[in-house]
Amino acid sequence: MLHIYILIPFLAALVIGLAAKKVSRIHTGWFVLPVPAILFIMFCLKLPVLAEGKIVQSVADWIPSLDIQLSFYLDGLSMLFSLLITGIGALVVLYSIFYLSRKEQLVHFYVYLLLFMGSMLGVVLSDNVFVLYTFWEFTSISSFLLIGFWFYRDRSTYGAQKSMLITVFGGLSMLGALILMSNTAETNSIRVMIANRSDILESDLFVPILILLLVGAFTKSAQFPFHSWLPDAMEAPTPVSAYLHSATMVKAGLYLVARFSLIFSGSDVFFILVSGIGLITLCLGSFLASRQTDLKGILAYSTISQLGMIMAMLGFGTGVAILAAIFHIFNHATFKGSLFMIAGIVDHETGTRDIRRLGGLYTFMPISATLAFIGAFSMAGVPLPIFNGFLSKEMFFDSSLKLGQTTGFAGMFAEWIPIIAVLGSIFTFVYSMYLVFGTFMGKSNVKQLEKKPHEAPIGMLLSPIILVVFVILVGLLPNLINEPILAPAAAAVTGDLAITHLQFWHGLNAPFYMSLLVIGIGAVLAFTLKKWQPVYNRIPGKFSSDHWYQFMLNGLLKSSKIITGFLMTGSHRLYLSIILLFMVISTSVFMYFTDGFKISFDDLAPITWPEVLIGLVMAVAAIATILMTQRIAAIIVIGVVGYGLSLLFVFFRAPDLALTQLIVETITVALFLLCFAHLPALKKSDKKPSEKLVDFILASSTGALLTIVAVSSHSSKSFETISKYFVDNSYKLGGGDNIVNVILVDFRGLDTLFEIAVLGLAALGIYAMIKYRDKGDMNH
Amino acid sequence: MEILMSILAGTLFAAGVYLLLQKQLLKIVLGTALISHGAHLFILTMGKLNRGKPPILVKGIEDYTDPLPQALILTSIVISFGVTSFLLVLAYRTYQSNKTDMMDQLRGTDDE
Repeated sequence: MLHIYILIPFLAALVIGLAAKKVSRIHTGWFVLPVPAILFIMFCLKLPVLAEGKIVQSVADWIPSLDIQLSFYLDGLSMLFSLLITGIGALVVLYSIFYLSRKEQLVHFYVYLLLFMGSMLGVVLSDNVFVLYTFWEFTSISSFLLIGFWFYRDRSTYGAQKSMLITVFGGLSMLGALILMSNTAETNSIRVMIANRSDILESDLFVPILILLLVGAFTKSAQFPFHSWLPDAMEAPTPVSAYLHSATMVKAGLYLVARFSLIFSGSDVFFILVSGIGLITLCLGSFLASRQTDLKGILAYSTISQLGMIMAMLGFGTGVAILAAIFHIFNHATFKGSLFMIAGIVDHETGTRDIRRLGGLYTFMPISATLAFIGAFSMAGVPLPIFNGFLSKEMFFDSSLKLGQTTGFAGMFAEWIPIIAVLGSIFTFVYSMYLVFGTFMGKSNVKQLEKKPHEAPIGMLLSPIILVVFVILVGLLPNLINEPILAPAAAAVTGDLAITHLQFWHGLNAPFYMSLLVIGIGAVLAFTLKKWQPVYNRIPGKFSSDHWYQFMLNGLLKSSKIITGFLMTGSHRLYLSIILLFMVISTSVFMYFTDGFKISFDDLAPITWPEVLIGLVMAVAAIATILMTQRIAAIIVIGVVGYGLSLLFVFFRAPDLALTQLIVETITVALFLLCFAHLPALKKSDKKPSEKLVDFILASSTGALLTIVAVSSHSSKSFETISKYFVDNSYKLGGGDNIVNVILVDFRGLDTLFEIAVLGLAALGIYAMIKYRDKGDMNH
Repeated sequence: MEILMSILAGTLFAAGVYLLLQKQLLKIVLGTALISHGAHLFILTMGKLNRGKPPILVKGIEDYTDPLPQALILTSIVISFGVTSFLLVLAYRTYQSNKTDMMDQLRGTDDE
């Protein structure tokens, strides 16, 4: 069943891609809209099943030999993400219908969006780690395509490339972790890994596995120090930023950490890394958000910071923290989604996203402004019972205070966490206020704007309105979503179902005082922001990860240019030398260390003089080929080698070979003679003695290697030959007395068929080269 | 005998490789021909030499030379013939079009 859920977006992408151009009068988005909407309903219908504590699963074989199955399962955590992917997806598609004009490449846009939707569903539903990885990379690719949607803008392609490089780097690191885990636990199924978690926990590779996996999660979720791709990804159309870069894809990293936290939680390394990086990201993101001037830039850094906060809570690992993290994943999708959409509306209706040029828009677009205020207040955690963001932020403070019981280094670290949490939240408050007050309040400079601002059409407002309704509804009645959605999701992360009743008022306790502190200091900082501007701008620069990204990218380009310049000189002699040198060194080192060289004098054929003589003549002739200065002489000596070889074949009882070799040698010599007549005379080599010496050493060591391999393969017998089979069955199965012939045309008939194909190709090539030469010359 | 033949195969190979490393197309073609001779001898030596009768079934005889290497070599001879003749014509055409058969003058332009 679940396969169909994942397949639907992909099929829709195919249909839209092929058919949509035919109906150009209607916006393509209208055809896409039903896909996430229907999927959302289909997922909702599964909610009662999950409420009973069951899970939905389905399995199909994909690559059975590697134990890779398309096995999907839907538990509380997957359900939460699936609902976000399809629900926000539907709203974003609806919004995009009004945001993107019909002149854009709509088919491309919606195909990419549907691809993303399908892959993201694949990520959150996969049980097999390698299937998960495959879908994971698909999301990176579709994100790349969507960021670069306006590919003619330099900043779009730059942002697309940056996000691709960083997230795919993380994806590869995650693949490493998954391979290690699947080797350690001897299974590819996430659920079996969790069931046998001690295999991974007690393995020597535990720390490498953890770090590699977290690098994957941190790059995807834009955690410090990999966060710098997200602000540049804002070059994507706003619906994409709202969908991929705020509500869903960037949460894939959170999903990964949550999914595997049953294995890792309880380990100090996990706690310190995940909480530590999460808190750093929370503070850094919210601090950097307050000095942005682009509306979407503020939202991008704010997303980074909020993701950091959720990451930190996942790291805490306590029941309250996990529930708060899950709750905040949901809340963040609602308020941030609506804020992005409002930012898009402002951009659309005024022509700019620069907050310094905006202001006083409240009078022109009151509905958008109201929506933005609710979203931003929820994000800032203003203590009113209509803001869902306040509830989850309160739970964040609460869980940060309850970590005292940890001991050792982790315990020392835990004591500082509430302070860092408050610090990060102060800046969250600052940028939230800055965002809405800067845009909608204060002095209006409408005259400087390109367009006269006015309220957006109702279709565009519909999606943010729905999201804001959720903000308020969940703020008022958090338990509405608690039992059916949040509790099963938290249960999937912590392992046991414990329904905590969510409520607005907890009394005058520590978390509430922390909130008040945040608002007090935050308000002072927010309304004196202009005075602090110089201070904000002084920090980062050389230490920013953006700087490091550029540095590494330039280094990579430079060094690959140097390497290419060094290797790709166009000299075939250099290429050959490298290949031969590698072959000689690697083979001989391998033989040396594995005791590969053997020589045995038993069981050798007796030495007879005629054969030795022929061999000597051949050797002399071969060396003479090098020294010949006359073309005709060179052909003759190479003929000597060939005919000598056919004589050897006669002595070694290979009549067919001898005959074939004779014919082929004759034709070859004739061919050589034909061609040589048209070729210039042999020139004396103008090489320096040192070059000649290098050639000589390379040639003789290759020859020596071949001799050694021949001798040792002849001297060691690892297994019985299969030749007896051919001798026994040549007549019985092939009906022929000549065993070699039977092998060629019967037992290994396909080989011979391809051999004929090779000859045919060579003949065609030769024909073409001779026949079409005039045409080629004309082109020059 | 097998060891002597291994050395001969190595010698043919060495001479072939030396020719491959030269600049003139002619020598390179000659080199490939020598290398295929060496490879054929190499494969033949892998099975034992001079054991039993030629691999053509005759009533009453049980002991035959290993037929498998021979079958492989037969395929290889034909293919190396194809390759050698292709290379020869390629060398010829290259000389016709570019008026040189020296590899270092056939490198292409820098802006490629």
